[in-house]
Amino acid sequence: MAGFVIRRVLGGIVILWLISVITFLLFFLVPKVLGSNPAILFAGRSPSEAAVAGVTKKLGLDQPIVVQYWHFLAGIFTGRHFDAGPDKTWCPPPCFGYSFKNSEPVWQEITRALPVTISLALGAAVLFLLIGVGIGILSALRRGSVVDRAAMTVALGAVSLPVYFTGLVLLLLVSYQWRIFPNIHYVAFLDNPLLWARNLLPAWIVLAFLYSAMYARLTRASMLDVLGEDYIRTARAKGLPERTVVGKHALRSALTPVVTIFGLDLGSLLGGAVLTETTFGFRGLGKTSIEAISTGDLPTILGVTIFAAGFVVLANILVDVFYAVVDPRVRPT
Amino acid sequence: MTARPEPSAAAGTAAALVDRHYLDVRDLRVTFGTDDGDVRAVNGLSFGLERGRTLGIVGESGSGKSAASLALMGLQRGRRTTVAGEIWLDGENLVTASPERVRSLRGRQMAMIFQDPLSAMHPYFKIGDQIIEAYRVHHDVSKKVAKKRAIELLDRVGIPSAARRVDSYPHEFSGGMRQRAMIAMALSCDPSLLIADEPTTALDVTVQAQILDLLNDLQKEFNSAIIIITHDLGVVAEIADEVLVMYAGNAVEHGPVQEIFSAPQHPYTWGLLSSITRLDRTRSDRLRAVPGNPPSLIAVPDGCPFHPRCQYANLAGPATRTERPTLETVAPGHRVACHLPVEARVRIFREEVAPSL
Ligand SMILES: Nc1ncnc2c1ncn2[C@@H]1O[C@H](COP(=O)(O)OP(=O)(O)OP(=O)(O)O)[C@@H](O)[C@H]1O
Ligand code: SF4
Ligand SMILES: [Mg+2]
Repeated sequence: MAGFVIRRVLGGIVILWLISVITFLLFFLVPKVLGSNPAILFAGRSPSEAAVAGVTKKLGLDQPIVVQYWHFLAGIFTGRHFDAGPDKTWCPPPCFGYSFKNSEPVWQEITRALPVTISLALGAAVLFLLIGVGIGILSALRRGSVVDRAAMTVALGAVSLPVYFTGLVLLLLVSYQWRIFPNIHYVAFLDNPLLWARNLLPAWIVLAFLYSAMYARLTRASMLDVLGEDYIRTARAKGLPERTVVGKHALRSALTPVVTIFGLDLGSLLGGAVLTETTFGFRGLGKTSIEAISTGDLPTILGVTIFAAGFVVLANILVDVFYAVVDPRVRPT
Repeated sequence: MTARPEPSAAAGTAAALVDRHYLDVRDLRVTFGTDDGDVRAVNGLSFGLERGRTLGIVGESGSGKSAASLALMGLQRGRRTTVAGEIWLDGENLVTASPERVRSLRGRQMAMIFQDPLSAMHPYFKIGDQIIEAYRVHHDVSKKVAKKRAIELLDRVGIPSAARRVDSYPHEFSGGMRQRAMIAMALSCDPSLLIADEPTTALDVTVQAQILDLLNDLQKEFNSAIIIITHDLGVVAEIADEVLVMYAGNAVEHGPVQEIFSAPQHPYTWGLLSSITRLDRTRSDRLRAVPGNPPSLIAVPDGCPFHPRCQYANLAGPATRTERPTLETVAPGHRVACHLPVEARVRIFREEVAPSL
């Protein structure tokens, strides 16, 4: 088992490395091939020629791409100096690049945005797991009942409503119309936990609304599949009470795919919930990268992308390990 | 519906009380409500079985064998499924008993073995734990005591080094071993009624024979009543004391095994018997060897449900097409549901059917 985990972690590192190579090439080579100077992108909109030359030198854009990549990679571990004449900039490790737009290391931007994104993702996850999985199980157990039909109709509607729509409607109502949640902005948990929760709640609800619907449908389908399995009939044939049949035998199998999807969803939510963050004006990873894209802040885009990919890769590893723990058939020996 | 309940079932309980079998099924009806109509999977089935006896139930696919046996266990599925009639087990009517009461009998007094032992065991749990669970749900003992019991049982059904294999997972067992483990699980509480729904169909021939031997031995040891459902008349010949032939949810012939093989009286039974002698067919093909298709269970033919496929329908008079034949006793313990006069059946079998068997 330990060997399996180590193998998966090493595999994950290789994948992350590949992602970094590809993103790097995408951002540094493609503009070159297309004939534009990436330094212009880095230097911001309509810069002077001197500025472009300075940035080119500072970023080492005059060096071969392999060398550039090497500097980038080494910077993550050792930190990095960006020097051009008197203008010296130190980017401490882990240096995921330096945003000349915002005059700060990308890592600093990430660490500022991360708590916002984590708060948003985890809060919503707790809600949608409880609600979505709960409704899914109930619907499956009462298949065809009024409760089931109603839940599935609502769920179908909910999955087809985009977050920016439900988000704006909710914001309009609770923040402006009824003023239950006025002046929504992010407050750090450690500063004021109550305010933290109060301000995040509408965003949690919006995310949880969508995800609960998806998880209710997924859980219901998975549960119905499992309830039709032969081994559930065997469990009943043994004379087990229904609560053991459902709670132990059926749930254990039915929730396995749900947990798998949850791992992947959480991984990508942690990479930034772009629409929700933008709708509510929270500067999480999603909004940070959207802003970076709109201002052409390449180092930030690159850094955040690789960082977000890290979450997805990590989630994949955890899901694989989880699978191996619960299902003896895939357990490595 | 033109089908009438059988007289035995319609008769008052006073008379019935006198001689009730250990398992006594009367006018059992299992109906699945579907959007196309009611599927009458079991349609007035009656039979009795004593402890220490093995009943083989045969019949082609869809004749209601599984539906009937699941109903005995109270395991019928579906919100639109109804079970009617009487199922007396040791003097208790399971159809009217509370679901909780039936649950407490399940696994303890009556147990079931299924066709595919791989899918019938939970893939996530150790074989031993699954047996322990079956034992502990009906016995208030510690896990340790239950595990000892599980090892004993695995050993009894012929699992080598049971003390070690008790901690294996189902996927680590071969098909035959898994079926042995299923049998061990079913026997964990010494059930007096054991139902095996095609227990050997998924196994290869040598393993099949071993499993049948095992069931035979265990029956002698535990003196239980066994119902074995099968497509394979070879299995029946090997293990059963009695045979019940099902067609369209009903028994068409029921009798001692020697008599069913040597002097069968129902035209459908004849068809089944002549099909096994055709060894060139694959096993699954053999029971389908009766010409024609099984009837729809939503609109069962009037009269004898077998009449559209019966070669002798014209010899039996108009009643064949209008009136459902009831099971009549033709010899001790031998009952047949057919409108042909007994002499005609005996003659046809002797002159036309037997020579080609
Ligand atoms: N839950 C259900 N809902 C609707 N119809 C069903 C259901 N279960 C079984 N049936 C139908 O009832 C009939 C009898 O099925 P059953 O499984 O008892 O047949 P069987 O004799 O066991 O056949 P086989 O030899 O193939 O196992 C079939 O026509 C089947 O389609
Ligand atoms: S009753 Fe008629 S149709 Fe049915 S088996 Fe007998 S002869 Fe054939
Ligand atoms: Mg069946």
